[in-house]
Amino acid sequence: MKSKKPSIPYIAWMVVFTMIPIFMIGYTAFTDKNGNFSLEPFSKAFFYTGVFMKSLWIALISTAICLVLAYPLAYIITKMKHSTQNTVIMLMMIPMWMNFLLRIYAWVTLLQDNGPIDMLLSMLGIHATYIGNTGAVVLGMVYEYLPFMVLPIYTVMCKIDGGLIEAAQDLGSNSFAVFKKVIFPLSIPGVISGITMVFVPSASTFLVSQYLGGTDDIMIGDIIDKIFWTDQNTGSAISLILMVFIFVFLIIMNFFGDEEAIA
Amino acid sequence: MKNTKNKSGILSKIYIVLIMIFLYAPIAVLIFYSFNKGKSTVWQGFSLKWYEQLFKDDNIMNALGNTIIIAVLASFFATILGTAAAIGINNFKGKKRVLIQNASNIPIISPDIVMGVSLMLLFTFLGVMFNFEMGFVTVLISHICFCVPFVVLNVMPRIRRMDSSIYDAALDLGCNQWQAFYKVVIHELMPGIFSGLLMSFTYSLDDFIITYFTRGAKFQNLSIEIYSMTHRRISPKINALSALLFLAVLIIMIIINLRDRHEEKVKAQKT
Repeated sequence: MKSKKPSIPYIAWMVVFTMIPIFMIGYTAFTDKNGNFSLEPFSKAFFYTGVFMKSLWIALISTAICLVLAYPLAYIITKMKHSTQNTVIMLMMIPMWMNFLLRIYAWVTLLQDNGPIDMLLSMLGIHATYIGNTGAVVLGMVYEYLPFMVLPIYTVMCKIDGGLIEAAQDLGSNSFAVFKKVIFPLSIPGVISGITMVFVPSASTFLVSQYLGGTDDIMIGDIIDKIFWTDQNTGSAISLILMVFIFVFLIIMNFFGDEEAIA
Repeated sequence: MKNTKNKSGILSKIYIVLIMIFLYAPIAVLIFYSFNKGKSTVWQGFSLKWYEQLFKDDNIMNALGNTIIIAVLASFFATILGTAAAIGINNFKGKKRVLIQNASNIPIISPDIVMGVSLMLLFTFLGVMFNFEMGFVTVLISHICFCVPFVVLNVMPRIRRMDSSIYDAALDLGCNQWQAFYKVVIHELMPGIFSGLLMSFTYSLDDFIITYFTRGAKFQNLSIEIYSMTHRRISPKINALSALLFLAVLIIMIIINLRDRHEEKVKAQKT
C-alpha cells in the first residue's frame, strides 16, 4: 500500500498519449510542410483572429446566460426536500446523457422553417427565421452546457453549514442579508468552477455553429476541423493558440477561486 | 411574512417548470416526430415505420454496437489503470504529487478538439512508422485517455479518507497481501471506483469530437453515424433513434437513483 509502483503504467501512458501528442502539436505548429522551422503557420493563423474573437464572444455570452439561469435554479433546488432535490438533479442530468449531436439536432428540428416554433408563431401572425443566426448558436450552447453550471453551484451550496445561516439570522440579518453576506460568498467556488466548465467547451466546440448558425457564425473549432485535414501546420498553430488561451483562462480562474473546486 | 414565503415558493416552482420545459421540449419534439408517417415536420398520421427502418439499417446497428463495445472496454481499462494510478500517486509526496496530478488533469481541462487533433498527429506518425491505419484500436486508446483522469479524480479522495491501518489490520488478522488488498482496500474504494467507471462510460458513449479525429476512414460509432446522417439531410430515423436512446437513459437513471436511495437507507439504518 505504500508503493508508488501501481502508478507507473499510467505515468507511462500519460507520457505517450498526452505529453507527446501535445509536444507534437507544438512541433508541428513551428514547422512548414517539409519539416523545417517556420513561423508561417502562425502568420496564417492570424487570418482567423476575427473568428477567434467571435468564438470567445459567443462563449462569453453563453456562459453569462448559463450563470444567470443556473444560479437561482441551484439556490431553489437546495431549498427543497432532500428526496426532491435528487429527483430534480436527475431530471437535469437526463438530457445531458443523450448524445451531444442529438441535442443540437433537436434544436434544428424545433427552430427550422416550418418547424414547430415557426408554425406556432405563424398562427399568431409572426413570421421570421429562427435558425442560422448567432442567437440560435448561443441557445444551442446554453442548452448543451447549462447542467455543467448548475451542478457545481448546487454542490457548493449544499455544503454550506446551516449553522452559519442560523447564526446570521440570530444576529439580526434578514433573508436578503443572509444571502448577500453568507450564501453568496460561500458559493463563489461553485460559480468559478461552473464558469470554467461552460466557457472552455463552448469556446472550443465545433458543429454547434455548423448546425444552428449562419455563415458568419463559424467558430474556431470549425476552423480547426476544416483546416487540419489539409494543412496540419496551420491547424496545429491555431490549436496551440487555443490551448494556451484556455490555460491562461484557467490560471486566472484558479487565482480567483479555490483550487479544489476547479479540478 | 407567510404570504411572501408562499409567493416565492410558487415562483420557485414556476421557474423549475420553465427550465424543465426548456430542457425537455426539444427531446419531446423529436419523440413526437418519430411517430410521424411523413418525412417533414407536418403531421401526416401515426406510424412506426421509422422504427422499423432503424432496426433494418445495418450501418446504425453496427455503429451502436461499436459505441457500446468501445464504452465498455474503455471504461473497464480506464478504471483499472486509474485506480492503480490513484493508489500509486497517493504515495508520492509534495511537489512531485502535485505535478503528476496536474498532468493527469490535462485531458480534462484541455479542449476536446485539441486532444483530438493531437492524438491524430501521434497516430498518423506512429501509423507511418509501424504501418497501421487508424480505426477501432486508436479510438479505444483515445477514449481510455480521456476516461482515466475521471477515475483518478473519483478514487483519490476515497484513498485520502481511508484509514491506512485497516490494511495492516487485515494482514494481522491472517489475510495475505492480495486478500488484504482485494477485501479491504478495494472494498473501501468501491464507491469512488464505481462513480469513476460510470463517468468514463457515459463520456465514452457521448464522445463525438475525439472519435471524429482518431477513427480513420472506416470506423463508425453512433455519434459519427448521426453526424453523417444529419449532415446530409434530415432523416426521421434519427428521431426514432433519439426516442429509444432517451428511453434507455431514463431507465438507467431510474435504476441508479433507486440504488442510491437504497444505499442511503442502509446507511441510515447503520447509524
